[in-house]
Amino acid sequence: MSKKKEITKAKLDFKTDWAYASAPEDSGHISLKKQYDLFINGEFVKPNSKKYFATYNPATDQKIAEVAEADEKDVDKAVKAARKAFEKWSKLSGKERGKYIFRIARLMQERAREFAVIETMDGGKSIRESRDIDVPLAANHFFYNAGWADKLEYAFPNRNPKPLGVVGQIIPWNFPLLMAAWKIAPALAAGNTVVLKPAETTSLTALKLAELIRDSGLPNGVVNIVTGAGKTGAAIVNHPDINKIAFTGSTDVGKLIQRSISGTNKKLTLELGGKAANIIFADAAIDQAVEGVVNGIFFNQGHVCCAGSRLFVQESVADIVIRKLKDRMETLIVGDPMDKNTDIGAINSKEQLLKINEYIKIGKNEGAEIYQSSCAIPSKGNFCRPTLFLNASQSHRIVQEEIFGPVLTVQTFRTIEEVIEKANNIPYGLSAGVWTDKGSKIFNLTNKLRAGVVWANTYNKFDPASPFGGYKESGFGREGGLHGLMPYLNL
Amino acid sequence: MAAKSILPDFRITPTIDQVGIEERVARFTTRSIKKESKMQGLKMILNMIDLTTLEGKDTEGKVKQMCYKAVHMHDVIPDLPTVAAVCVYPSMVKTAKESLIGSGVKVASVSTAFPSGQSTHEIKILDTKFALENGADEIDMVISRGEFLKGNYNFVFDEIAAIKDVCGKARLKVIFETGELSTLDNVRKASDIAMYAGADFIKTSTGKISPAATMPVTLVMLEAIRDYYYATNRMVGMKPAGGISTSKLAMQYLVMLRETLGGAWLSNEWFRFGASSLANDVLMQIAKQTTGVYQSSDYFSKD
Amino acid sequence: MSRLEIQKTYKIFIGGQFPRTESGRYYPLKNKKNEVIANMCLSSRKDFRNAVVAARSAFGGWSEKSAFNRSQILYRIAEMLEGRKEQFIAELLLQGISAAAAKEEVTLSIDRLVYYAGWCDKYQALFSSVNPVASSHFNFSVPEPTGVVAIISSEESSLLGLVTSIAPVIAGGNTCVVLASESKPLCAITFSEVLNTSDLSAGVVNILTGNSAELHSHFSSHMDVNSLLYYRKNKNEIKTIKENAALNVKRVHIYDKIILNSEKAQSPYFIFDNQEIKTTWHPVENIGSSKGGY
Repeated sequence: MSKKKEITKAKLDFKTDWAYASAPEDSGHISLKKQYDLFINGEFVKPNSKKYFATYNPATDQKIAEVAEADEKDVDKAVKAARKAFEKWSKLSGKERGKYIFRIARLMQERAREFAVIETMDGGKSIRESRDIDVPLAANHFFYNAGWADKLEYAFPNRNPKPLGVVGQIIPWNFPLLMAAWKIAPALAAGNTVVLKPAETTSLTALKLAELIRDSGLPNGVVNIVTGAGKTGAAIVNHPDINKIAFTGSTDVGKLIQRSISGTNKKLTLELGGKAANIIFADAAIDQAVEGVVNGIFFNQGHVCCAGSRLFVQESVADIVIRKLKDRMETLIVGDPMDKNTDIGAINSKEQLLKINEYIKIGKNEGAEIYQSSCAIPSKGNFCRPTLFLNASQSHRIVQEEIFGPVLTVQTFRTIEEVIEKANNIPYGLSAGVWTDKGSKIFNLTNKLRAGVVWANTYNKFDPASPFGGYKESGFGREGGLHGLMPYLNL
Repeated sequence: MAAKSILPDFRITPTIDQVGIEERVARFTTRSIKKESKMQGLKMILNMIDLTTLEGKDTEGKVKQMCYKAVHMHDVIPDLPTVAAVCVYPSMVKTAKESLIGSGVKVASVSTAFPSGQSTHEIKILDTKFALENGADEIDMVISRGEFLKGNYNFVFDEIAAIKDVCGKARLKVIFETGELSTLDNVRKASDIAMYAGADFIKTSTGKISPAATMPVTLVMLEAIRDYYYATNRMVGMKPAGGISTSKLAMQYLVMLRETLGGAWLSNEWFRFGASSLANDVLMQIAKQTTGVYQSSDYFSKD
Repeated sequence: MSRLEIQKTYKIFIGGQFPRTESGRYYPLKNKKNEVIANMCLSSRKDFRNAVVAARSAFGGWSEKSAFNRSQILYRIAEMLEGRKEQFIAELLLQGISAAAAKEEVTLSIDRLVYYAGWCDKYQALFSSVNPVASSHFNFSVPEPTGVVAIISSEESSLLGLVTSIAPVIAGGNTCVVLASESKPLCAITFSEVLNTSDLSAGVVNILTGNSAELHSHFSSHMDVNSLLYYRKNKNEIKTIKENAALNVKRVHIYDKIILNSEKAQSPYFIFDNQEIKTTWHPVENIGSSKGGY
């Protein structure tokens, strides 16, 4: 049966006469300005420098809008606004605070389709994902955390929880709106005020969120959104009147931030890189495991810190798993992110595509066997075929370093001890996956894997109620759930 | 049957994770089929239907009318395909066969004490022979679910193999009545048993038990077919039956078929819908595509 | 003639052994009358490295012991300390502490150990959660020990500072390397003897004596240390520690404001500071539910 070595030359053909015609999402109903200013103290204001930078659609290379570049003075203005707002906001009853956050959640649900379309235009992810995952989850995060605002005493009995003050939040480009929600919602529920910087390639949904927040009637200055690149981020990190920094992004930048604030009393949470092991045992439900592997690495073009980028397959089923994986990859549709049938959208930026292609070159040079699906990809824009590296070794750079793209390395293993050792043999510890039909093996594995999230017989699942965050160099602090409130409170 | 030389142990068939199956199915349902691919899909669905009547009150008159419809789906629209087959009780095979002469539409007969299968081995053989002698092109047998659930897999296997022997060149569809099998693991096991015993098609349901065909159940069976194909190089067909009455749902099945087994299965030689009311819904959709206006069922014959 | 007293040689405590510092260096510890009480090891960077190796190799065994078992071992440490109370009081007196204060420090230390012994199998319930996710999954979060913890313990206190810093760390399943008070180091080494006779596995606690100005940068830069606790007030050292911690994203906790003999110096949150929250997901099948079966 499926566990045996195959003896036939059977082959499935997914190049069918009947294919799906393009089904583009309607973008006629969205409203985008040509130029976006900084959102400070409840209004949109021009940047001190008068400088703006362009944001592009990575699928077409077309310019979408211009976004203001905040400098130190702008950040200072935002922090001052947040500080001033903190006085009243932190004293507002939890019940009232919660109602504001609930209102934001509802507004986001109402405008969900607009957010999804803009997220896809600006970031390149498929409309299926922004519509079904990013935007609803973002709204759910506000909804979930809203309810905590007046219940913090129950969450941390005996601790008299108090907000920290002004929090500076810096978020990445892979889940622009969702990360904004992960950051802002618990901060507000805990009674803090916020200065948030979205990533420079994906500012638009954060700015649409600013419009929504303004419309919600949230008191001025409680949430401030400043746009810009690394320099703007540094201005936030180094601002003396910020009480806490929350950062999601690369481990390199995370370390830089940790170092920069060493002379201060700023609190810090970091959600950094990962190189997760996804482990398939011979007794797993193989077809569902393969599906989990696909979701694990090709979700959001692989731009996921918790992506299951290292596949470990028990040797006795390796041939079958790889064959099934290749078949499944043939059915993935790469292309126009706005097409409802697209599975894998555009790589977020030219820079990132170059980095991914560089790793693909490294992998070939290291002697791993490359396999890419045969799908067509658009000639314009930033696209990458789903890629496997078979016969990868633990010492390959493609196995050790985070690629942040649709590239999966495949290693085989024989025993459970061996795979635990290899899975943990990495400086990261964000997530892991394990596929087996045996309960005791799952618990053994989840205990021994040094990772903050373990998906057993599933992968890449997210929920506002579920804490997320890493071990080791993947960062510290949790986002989501009860534990996600702790980094925003003095306990 | 070459496959029999490598018979697996049916006690240890692959396990299925139900939630994983449902998630995969959810992905199929988000595919958006528009424009020319929709039209092409609708015609394919029409051509894959086993137009079915399996009622105690069936008469020759009813069957004749249905057979006319099978060939003349909706004459207002030119170039429509016929359905794949009509599916009737053994007593109606003769009538159906005569009505369909020269049409290319096949006659399928249920058999083996359909729908319960609760009879003796001899009667099941006779039942099948009777249908074949009356001209049935295809036999839709039911497995003995009681024996299956008792763990008597050899019994189930032998029974299928025996009916296949009787069938000869007639294609054998094996119905599991998945609504009685309780778990997806059992559906997978039944699929493996049936294919290795010689089934040409595996089929979900009789239509007499709820739930009948569902997408998760069908996906499990398609994946079993895929594994069997890789192991033996023999293609087996799939027939979900019962519960598929809208073209939208049928289209999702087609998407699932395409992305699980690929192009080779995209014809009525390898895939059928067992349905009675689906055909009219597909016709209404085709008419809508050609005329541009939404349709009323008053304009489509109910046979 | 009176009997010549046998003087105790104070060494350091690594991997359940009592070696001298590999550097051969020492510093004389003097009493108020400027008399040498003992020659203490001036531990080196290599001693620290050896201690981290010992702590890392002990981590697997200690973190996988049942919580109940860890609880019993912490309680055993308290019992052993109680049994040697007089010796510790004498050492504290020798280091220039008043009799009343010495007695209080020892009894508080014992009680603190008992306090954390009780927490070993309870903090998990406090910090765990079952999370009601919207999809068909069972989802739960549990605390797990961070790993190897480097501790620069209080300078002011010989015993209580040491116990306050070690107990929550090992109660939570971590292993540690501790730098004892430089000016009041005696109890630390004697406490090692207590640890070594309390069923605590070798390497779970490693204790060095020496100089924080020399060692803090090594404590904070070592790539196999997961977390660092600092109980002193030196601003420059704090800055260096935080800077170096970024090398491998170490968790850093600065307890510069802690008042050792207050109730606030003990709480399950000190255990939590060296815990990682792990969240596990698993699908849940719907059988015969209102969803219409499978």
